[in-house]
Amino acid sequence: MKTYDILIFELSKEGRVGYRLPPKEVPEKPLESMIPKEWLREKQPDLPQVSEVDVVRHYTLLSQKNYGVDMGMYPLGSCTMKYNPKINEDVARLDAFAHVHPYQPEETVQGCLELMFDLQEMLAEITGMDAVTLQPAAGSHGELTGLMLIKAYHQWRGDYQRTKILIPDSAHGTNPASAAMAGFEVVEIPSTDEGLVDMEAMKAVLDETVAGFMLTNPNTLGLFEKDIVQIAEVIHKAGGLLYCDGANMNANVGITRPGDMGFDIVHLNLHKTFSTPHGGGGPGSGPVGVKAFLEKFLPVPMIRKVDERYTLTYDQPDSIGKVKSFYGNFGVFLKAYAYILTMGGEGLKRASQMAVLNANYLKERLRKTYVLPIDRVCKHEFVLSGLGPNDAGITTLDIVKRLIDYGYHPPTIYFPLIIEEAMMIEPTETESLETLEQWISTLEDIAEEAKEMPQLLKNAPHHSPVRRLDEVTAARKPKLVWKKQ
Amino acid sequence: MFPYIPHTPEEEKHMLSVIGVHTVEELFEDIPEEVRLHRSLQLDPPKSEWEVVKQFQHLGEKNKHIHQYPCFLGAGAYDHWIPSVVDHLSSRSEFYTAYTPYQAEMSQGTLQIIFEYQTMICELTGMDVSNASLYDGASACAEAALMAAASNRRKKIVVSKTVHPEVRQVLSTYMKYKGIQVIEIPVLEGVTDLDALEKAVDADTSGVIIQNPNFFGVVEDIEPIEKMVHEKKAYLIMHVDPLSLGVLKSPGEWGADIVVGEGQSLGNPLQFGGPYLGFMAAKSSFMRKMPGRIVGETTDVDGCRGFVLTLQAREQHIRRERATSNITSNQALNALRAVIYLSVLGKQGLEEVGRQSMEKAHYAFEKITQLPNYQPVFSKPFFKEFVIRTSRDPKIVQQVLLDHGILGGYSLAFMGPEYKNCLMFCVTEKRSKAEIDYLVEVLEGII
Repeated sequence: MKTYDILIFELSKEGRVGYRLPPKEVPEKPLESMIPKEWLREKQPDLPQVSEVDVVRHYTLLSQKNYGVDMGMYPLGSCTMKYNPKINEDVARLDAFAHVHPYQPEETVQGCLELMFDLQEMLAEITGMDAVTLQPAAGSHGELTGLMLIKAYHQWRGDYQRTKILIPDSAHGTNPASAAMAGFEVVEIPSTDEGLVDMEAMKAVLDETVAGFMLTNPNTLGLFEKDIVQIAEVIHKAGGLLYCDGANMNANVGITRPGDMGFDIVHLNLHKTFSTPHGGGGPGSGPVGVKAFLEKFLPVPMIRKVDERYTLTYDQPDSIGKVKSFYGNFGVFLKAYAYILTMGGEGLKRASQMAVLNANYLKERLRKTYVLPIDRVCKHEFVLSGLGPNDAGITTLDIVKRLIDYGYHPPTIYFPLIIEEAMMIEPTETESLETLEQWISTLEDIAEEAKEMPQLLKNAPHHSPVRRLDEVTAARKPKLVWKKQ
Repeated sequence: MFPYIPHTPEEEKHMLSVIGVHTVEELFEDIPEEVRLHRSLQLDPPKSEWEVVKQFQHLGEKNKHIHQYPCFLGAGAYDHWIPSVVDHLSSRSEFYTAYTPYQAEMSQGTLQIIFEYQTMICELTGMDVSNASLYDGASACAEAALMAAASNRRKKIVVSKTVHPEVRQVLSTYMKYKGIQVIEIPVLEGVTDLDALEKAVDADTSGVIIQNPNFFGVVEDIEPIEKMVHEKKAYLIMHVDPLSLGVLKSPGEWGADIVVGEGQSLGNPLQFGGPYLGFMAAKSSFMRKMPGRIVGETTDVDGCRGFVLTLQAREQHIRRERATSNITSNQALNALRAVIYLSVLGKQGLEEVGRQSMEKAHYAFEKITQLPNYQPVFSKPFFKEFVIRTSRDPKIVQQVLLDHGILGGYSLAFMGPEYKNCLMFCVTEKRSKAEIDYLVEVLEGII
């Protein structure tokens, strides 16, 4: 079959339509009688003119050039690409939730507010925190919110000299970017050869200018920061706060809680740990949990339960303010809530256990063929260092591009930055042993091919809708919109 | 056993033995004893699908929704018709179960859709470049202010108080922590006070934010504003309703430098406030300064057309603390809905929806203001929303409307004493003449 290569604009034909509006009924009114003529648009935006059938075929054919979790394993490290349950999609589409206006009177949205209140309580229990806001729209938005909370807290104490945030060199790129956006300076803390936070290096930079420390636990190498209790103690003693990037929470649920580890703030990614779909890049949701002493700084509005009635309250003078319109990505809350109900405490714990089992199994099996830079029990993910130095110069990029030919989505690559040729692998708990075995055997075949027919990898992928793309020209001579020839 | 966890007890045992441990618990032994949770999570026991559905239905019964009650609420979230194909196509799991398109060869669907989205947003706004979307209209506005400040290295943002209050709240949060000053310009007869604006804009002003149509639904006169802003070499940042752009002059034609807005009304359901999508477009000089994902067209090794995430040197995974923003995602699925919506409506439909909403809103406005106890608050041109002052207690008005099965108007009392008795109504193309007439009838009957 020939690959479909048409843009919606190229299907357009003057005069074709794909919609019909209801009759206007109200008396005709010339536009100029409502708006001054010179404020009206003269040239209509050049949107496509297509029929409904054109639209349906076009986007269906485009969907076939995509790859989703429903098609197969998607082992992107730190992304937790687990299965997205269908029941979650169904309940999120119920009229009583999908078609509610955010400014309806409170008595007409009690179901929405109760659900959000309950979800906050559930997330507080899961994280070991005292209060939760659902407002942030994504993980990095949660980070930004958390960092604003840190700043608000110190300023509230009258301490304006704490301008620095410490971040390990293995951290997600969002951590330093979020810190900068909240107006902090970033100090990078090196990792030890074991892949953990270098405590001595951290202590060396700790002083009264440090506002807090952002840590991912387990970290991006999939390793549990076993010194977490001491880290918390040292940071707190120096007057800083401890922030948990909850991207890797899928290893912890029901087993250990950020609140108990000594973290003051945590953000969660409902689209990772709590099974809501990634949507091709969003929408996500990044709730933030805090210890009681930080609750008053959380964004407004807060949801309160007063005499069996739920209400939105704005009366919180120390709040950082709002970080998003309305109350957060409500449609995502519905799916996470359905997931938590389905799994219960027991199922959530089981999910974390099996996620860790799957990762360790893959690690044990793959270390025979690929380079395992750090040999320790891992949590939900682990990092390989490609095939190591090899005569054919096969890189991690070549390996993963070949994986595409075999119908798998590649793992996260070239991250974390501290591992050469990194392949960061997170299978999640929803993959079966058979799937893992097939994937292992594919990676073993690729390692063989790397020796026998390296060119096959260098030129991969061969069977995808497009082959390796020229990213350099794309960035040097950007073509960011379609223009009529 | 759990439906989403496939491991059988035998498989689990086999896997443990390959790893070289006896129990799953051994895999967690590196977690210090003192921070392990030595009890079960206090959550309800697992539920079956049917029990989950029942719980949702039970909660849903405590809500009212716009399919039961005609909705005259707007204020940044709009009840426009969503064509059936939008739900059908965006429900394809090849789209919604995919990740951010890092591996371009496997993500050409998502990438091409973002490219089409960028093209449509540029067409609508009259701008040169668009990103792949941001969280919502409010955070897009804050990002626009950050981009402006980073571009001209000035530390002051001027925003009209006719900009949506929630947008201004989010803006002020973002600016406060970044150390950028925000000056708010008062409202004069429903529009930005031009004298106050002229005084506020100076050589330290990075950008001026104007909403059009503004929060009150009133259409602003952009021409004098554009002159004031550019005279001081500041940027004109416009926050617009995309559904107005088939009717109203585009920000590009007005001379805007950066355009942002809330894209919810482009095929996204109200969902109690989210997820929506923020769009951002700008003149080409901002191309390498924009936050978020951007998709570009290129070719593969065989010369075939393809699409990639591009200009990534701006982004956090490369630049870390020197990135233009911390954002890693876009609202891809909402942007997909917007693209499908705009394709179905097309050139003609967008104008017709805008025009019809406007004519129906004007019809409602005329009918309501003919009633003895309801006066117009502003006399300026408006789009699909208008503000009414009533001699009745607005709370009672809302309650009576609700009792008669009508959602709206929106009370502006929270904005200060001058808006004490003010209600804002929104009328979209979905409202029938009969619904509008009924609204008028109920309002008339309130004593």
